[in-house]
Amino acid sequence: MSYTLEGKTGTWEIVVGLEVHAQVISHSKLFSGASASYGGEPNTHVSLVDAGFPGMLPVLNQECVAQAIRTGLGLRARINLESRFDRKNYFYADLPTGYQISQFTHPIVGEGTVEIELGDGTVRHIGITRLHMEQDAGKSMHDQDPTRSFIDLNRAGVALMEIVSEPDIRSPEEAGAYLRKLRQILRYLGTCDGNMEEGSMRADVNVSVRRAGEPFRTRCEIKNVNSIRYVMHAIEVEATRQIEVWEGGGEVDQETRLFDPSRNETRSLRSKEDAHDYRYFPDPDLLPLVVEQAWVDELERALPELPDDKRDRFIKQYGIPRYDASVLVAEQAIADYYEEVARGRDARLAANWVTGDLFGALNRTGRSIQDSPISAQALGGMLDLMADKTINGKIAKEVFEDMLETGDSAADIVERKGLKQVTDTGAIDAAVADVLARNADKVEEYRGGKDRLFGFFVGQVMKAMAGKANPAIVNEALKKVL
Amino acid sequence: MSLTELTIADAAAGLRARKFSAVELVRAHTDAITALNPRLNAYITPTSDAALQAAACADEALAKGEAKPLTGIPLGIKDLFCTSGVRTTAASNILKNFVPPYESTVTANLLRDGAVFVGKTNLDEFAMGSANITSAFGPVENPWKRNGDADTKLVPGGSSGGSAAAVAAGLAMGATGTDTGGSIRQPAAYCGIVGLKPTYGRCSRFGTIAYASSLDQAGPMARSVRDCAIMLQSMAGFDARDSTSVNCDVPDYSAAVGRSLKGLKVGIPAEYRAEGLSAEIEAAWQQGINWLKAAGCEIVDVSLPHTKYGLATYYIVAPAECSSNLARYDGLRFGERVPGATLDAMYEATRRAGFGPEVRRRIMMGTYVLSAGYYDAYYLKAQKVRSLIRRDFTESFQKVDVLLTPTAPTPAFAQGEKTDDPVQMYLNDIFTVPASMAGMPAMSVPVGLGATGLPLGLQLIGRPFDEETLLAAGSALESAAGFTHRPAIRAEGAK
Repeated sequence: MSYTLEGKTGTWEIVVGLEVHAQVISHSKLFSGASASYGGEPNTHVSLVDAGFPGMLPVLNQECVAQAIRTGLGLRARINLESRFDRKNYFYADLPTGYQISQFTHPIVGEGTVEIELGDGTVRHIGITRLHMEQDAGKSMHDQDPTRSFIDLNRAGVALMEIVSEPDIRSPEEAGAYLRKLRQILRYLGTCDGNMEEGSMRADVNVSVRRAGEPFRTRCEIKNVNSIRYVMHAIEVEATRQIEVWEGGGEVDQETRLFDPSRNETRSLRSKEDAHDYRYFPDPDLLPLVVEQAWVDELERALPELPDDKRDRFIKQYGIPRYDASVLVAEQAIADYYEEVARGRDARLAANWVTGDLFGALNRTGRSIQDSPISAQALGGMLDLMADKTINGKIAKEVFEDMLETGDSAADIVERKGLKQVTDTGAIDAAVADVLARNADKVEEYRGGKDRLFGFFVGQVMKAMAGKANPAIVNEALKKVL
Repeated sequence: MSLTELTIADAAAGLRARKFSAVELVRAHTDAITALNPRLNAYITPTSDAALQAAACADEALAKGEAKPLTGIPLGIKDLFCTSGVRTTAASNILKNFVPPYESTVTANLLRDGAVFVGKTNLDEFAMGSANITSAFGPVENPWKRNGDADTKLVPGGSSGGSAAAVAAGLAMGATGTDTGGSIRQPAAYCGIVGLKPTYGRCSRFGTIAYASSLDQAGPMARSVRDCAIMLQSMAGFDARDSTSVNCDVPDYSAAVGRSLKGLKVGIPAEYRAEGLSAEIEAAWQQGINWLKAAGCEIVDVSLPHTKYGLATYYIVAPAECSSNLARYDGLRFGERVPGATLDAMYEATRRAGFGPEVRRRIMMGTYVLSAGYYDAYYLKAQKVRSLIRRDFTESFQKVDVLLTPTAPTPAFAQGEKTDDPVQMYLNDIFTVPASMAGMPAMSVPVGLGATGLPLGLQLIGRPFDEETLLAAGSALESAAGFTHRPAIRAEGAK
């Protein structure tokens, strides 16, 4: 069922396209040797090139190009073997040269596609228009002094990838799913860390509304939204605003807006008339960027398995449900963890433990898979004890909690606490006899046809044996006697 | 002979033969600067003390037999090349106190080879001009005088006018220039010296203040073809810090000087017989043709049909690039700042005070031709015409090895002339701009004096990276012309 908004005069559909700015993971900046690492004292990662000193020239960092190509391949997009850098001219205090070097007319990556999956299991394909490389600007700080602004150029010149989607997104949920999927792909590829809080991934959101079957109406661009949740809110808020404008007999103006999460509204930043004229033209300091197909092929061969492929392989190889597979491939580290647990073991049981108890425990303790208190090896060891019937499922829960707390191995815990499952039929028979003797009235009722009392007897026997009895043997012994 | 009259080649030999010391040689030039620069204004920043110290080091190297090609040779450096620890102004108020903490690749190469810098030479502001009258540090006077007219001050040409005047007057043995549309060749012609604009990409642009990046090229200016070859040998070469610098071997340029021209095909482009070409220059051109024929060249008529669009195209492309290149002079990180109530007000005040009228004119033209709605009609169209101009040359060079043309339509004119209408000024570059647009190497060689006693230059244009043929043909013109005339104002004469 498609997402719509109800206005006073009828039903509206929303149309969304996203421009995502993703900071490239690289040692140095796009056109200079200065460090591209995050943080650092202000103006400590700045070269003369970044600061736009007279006579300084940009030299393209090949590693950033490789990262853009890897990303393009991950988006199943066309790699343009010849691309070009343009200058986008505007004056601002944190833009030292007075222009941003970007790729305007000839981006390095062309059309691609991202597959998203919605909560109800619907799969949709969102088109990628293009990906291009550009420089980040510096940072203006207006809160350091009552009258002056301070400039930090550490980020000036850091490589960004701008990833532009087609206007294929039709709901806030789809926008969220797209961003999560994009971030997942970037992280798998190791081309962007996807940390929206640190600003290494940010989105410009283009929103319009229309009635079913209509062509596109005027869109507004919401600039620099820095969390997936805010993107989803901003779309809804902006779409609602536009519907009110259209239904009130007005016209939506093409403009740039800002989303204010505290007031849950968007505000006009500048209208189309005030829009900058960026005077794009090819940067004469840089030659056209020509890459060899052989290099692209080499990069492609070295790509890691991508999330969609991994998910499909998990379903096939491990026989686990699609939902579980999707959850397990959310992060490369989770997938790796799972595969180590599942290797040579009951893969479905492994999936249940990882997505169930382990995720629950990580959530509870606020930890990530990387610093999980239970290693994949340790969890595997516990599954081995279940497989060889040393412990049963109930005891396993107890062992797992102990592992979480102490970090001990399952075998040590079982040994220390004496939790080894009892399969000694003599001991079980004795316990059965004891329980039946003490509950002669219930035995009478059971034999009189009250079948459900069987479970009561099992429970009493297990209790008598401190949970350690092999449940199958208990069942068998009870059935024999009763 | 006075030390300020020597060629670089002779001075280098004299130093090695210990006929004179580097200190003596350099002091002769710094003394000349002290004596004549107040009048000529060829230098914005003389660096005499540092030069004499460097000369003392040069003498030590000479004594140890460790002399390099330019050891002890006093050179002027156009004040567009950033020099570490030495003020670099681009002849602009906006950089009037700018001291770069880095060295341009071209000057670093010259220093590596032992050169001694005697000062930073004057130029048109940000290299924008053809008469060296737009400098914020005042105009440069051409050391040449019209016959019987000692009073009228003539322009040295531009933008490398300070370099040309300094070399002509004996205030340097050679100087660096930069050429965007003729800024080496036209002043060389006006001042009676040799100026070579190498192929685009031959010399690194790193550390040279940019005017129009796709055109700017550094080159030597000196009193002989051989001296230009010696200087270019040091200046040229691949530089990983300039993405447009070309990675190909630097040949032995001096070996090309004096090389036989037998069988060389010299093209004479019909389109350079343009309107406004003075009769004396046309005559000098014909004389040059005859000399090359006598040297064994075959003369071939060729056509460069898009020549007439060169100037118009240049005045779209160059301002477009400059409008963007000069955006960094905003008063924020370096250079002069004029405070303002807002950021935009500060920008406006800083740039209004910092840039002169010609620079502002070109920034405005460039901003206009790149604007939305005008880009296709101007910038894009100009780029298309530029490829046609390039194709003209490429096709000509399938038939001939080198082209011979005049360098400029007239000899040097007086200060104050051609200043009312910028277009009149732009027309000085009509013969030099096409080779710049095409990225071809070109050289101006003095071949004689005109009717008023002023030097006339002829231009040779070569195939990309074939500076050797320019040097060979240039030295043939030089020896045939036997150009030994010296300007009225010169170091020797002042003593």
